[in-house]
Amino acid sequence: MNAQQKPSRLIKGETGDWEVVIGMEVHAQVTSKSKLFSGASTEFGGAPNSHVSLVDAAMPGMLPVINEECVRQAVRTGLGLKAKINLRSVFDRKNYFYPDLPQGYQISQYKQPVVGEGEVVVDLDNGETVTVGIERLHLEQDAGKSVHDRHPSMSAVDLNRSGVALMEIVSKPDIRSSEHAMAYVTKLRSILRYLGTCDGDMEKGSLRADVNVSVRRPGEALGTRCEIKNMNSIRFIGQAIEYEARRQIEIIEDGGAIDQETRLFDPARGETRSMRSKEEAHDYRYFPDPDLLPLELSPSMVADLKAALPELPDEKKARFVGDLGLSAYDAGHLVAERETADYFETVAKGRDAKLAANWVINELSGRLNKEGLAIASSPVSAAQLGGVIELIGDKTISGKIAKDLFEILWTEGGDPRELVKSRGMAQVTDLGAIGGIIDDLIAKNTDKVEQAKANPKAMMWFVGQAMKASGGKASPQAVNDLLKSKLGL
Amino acid sequence: MSVDADTVRRIARLARIAVKDDEIEHLKGELNAMLAFVEQLGEVNVDGVEPMTSVTPMAMRQRADAVTDGDDPEAMLANAPNSADGFYMVPKVIE
Repeated sequence: MNAQQKPSRLIKGETGDWEVVIGMEVHAQVTSKSKLFSGASTEFGGAPNSHVSLVDAAMPGMLPVINEECVRQAVRTGLGLKAKINLRSVFDRKNYFYPDLPQGYQISQYKQPVVGEGEVVVDLDNGETVTVGIERLHLEQDAGKSVHDRHPSMSAVDLNRSGVALMEIVSKPDIRSSEHAMAYVTKLRSILRYLGTCDGDMEKGSLRADVNVSVRRPGEALGTRCEIKNMNSIRFIGQAIEYEARRQIEIIEDGGAIDQETRLFDPARGETRSMRSKEEAHDYRYFPDPDLLPLELSPSMVADLKAALPELPDEKKARFVGDLGLSAYDAGHLVAERETADYFETVAKGRDAKLAANWVINELSGRLNKEGLAIASSPVSAAQLGGVIELIGDKTISGKIAKDLFEILWTEGGDPRELVKSRGMAQVTDLGAIGGIIDDLIAKNTDKVEQAKANPKAMMWFVGQAMKASGGKASPQAVNDLLKSKLGL
Repeated sequence: MSVDADTVRRIARLARIAVKDDEIEHLKGELNAMLAFVEQLGEVNVDGVEPMTSVTPMAMRQRADAVTDGDDPEAMLANAPNSADGFYMVPKVIE
């Protein structure tokens, strides 16, 4: 891919324009019941050290045995990223010392990862798309957790997370702005959630990103990069990149040079700062883990997993546009979360898809956002909203009454069609009844009749009055038609 | 291949092994003797030979995804020099 052909967002410095170049390493926790190499639970939030086996605690003589589901999840993810699946991959030891890593090494994959090059098509707010290359995906162990604030002179270590499977997904340096970076993580998260290979819960640390940022003059060679570690919020990723790019530009414009280093983002101050322990460059002394044979996959296993993949957001979006006639914008909104897409499809099934999309995107999403609810806990079910769409579609109720009906469903629940019947909400299409209302209005308001004859726009007054007299239930179309003929317009 | 005194210090530091200055020369000699011994293997031509990962051809054993272990924090902490409230307690690792 030619980086210069990508839409860039240049940053203005004192001495001219700068391009920011970003690559990301996303650590995604694999959805599985048990750990990558032990039978301890992966459940979040257990009592300290309650989800730990002797393997996770690195007791002498313990041997790792790989979890076949974690392997399948990595392959599924690779397929979802349209990536090359390596039928032979190797686990290596990455050596370093830290109290929450009892083995003294992390089992990871170094030179031969399970998944090779792929790509993610990223959707931007303005409807454009940008393709970000994937360099590789490999399986590795998570570390435990150190708690530093429980004791004045000691750190407390909880190994519950130790050995949980992670997928490290490394992008190519194809990202050119904080906006692209946020959209990339959003899209990657969406794909993982569709695949069911990672729950994407950033608050619980299921998805964390290391962000590599450098700046250069457009067209020049890559600059020296800094790595911002352990970001667990999409919004903070955007803020950190903005800050870091400007920091680097200022240093270079003042005649300085960028030190390659690891930095941390401080959300409270909105800035990145150097991690202190950088005096020693990392030397992980990787070597193949002698406890683990190479991971060999059969082509048929990969083919089976591929055949069983769910429809992914890009394909779903294309289908919503192509088959259902939705706009790309609406389709993009609906497919971002699988739950929303599934909800929409239930609502739209056998009904007016565009109308269903409008209702899901505007009325339902608007209301859910306002009340801070996820679509899974929506008080109005997809079947109920589908009922509303049907009642609008067969002209039983008007769009305005439909909003009242939606409100009733939201607060009280019930069957839409029954509610319309029991509460007399049906649209009056009986021309006799509407005609009676209009005759009455005409008889009582001869002055308005004259005005309407002089200026047809004044007819709107009659429409309003007729709707009001019918309690909002008259069919607006029938009222319009009848008025025109009775007023002779 | 041979190592110098600085390399010996660096390896010791990476392995978190305290080595006194007066031990460096001796360790350097030992390490270089070992390296020279292993280096004899360089005489064998292994062009095009796949690294051997096991003596008998076998596939890596895999296990089903089931929770079969854990739920015994007392056992995990039994050998820990220091523990409190279910945590391993270690000397503070940040300032």
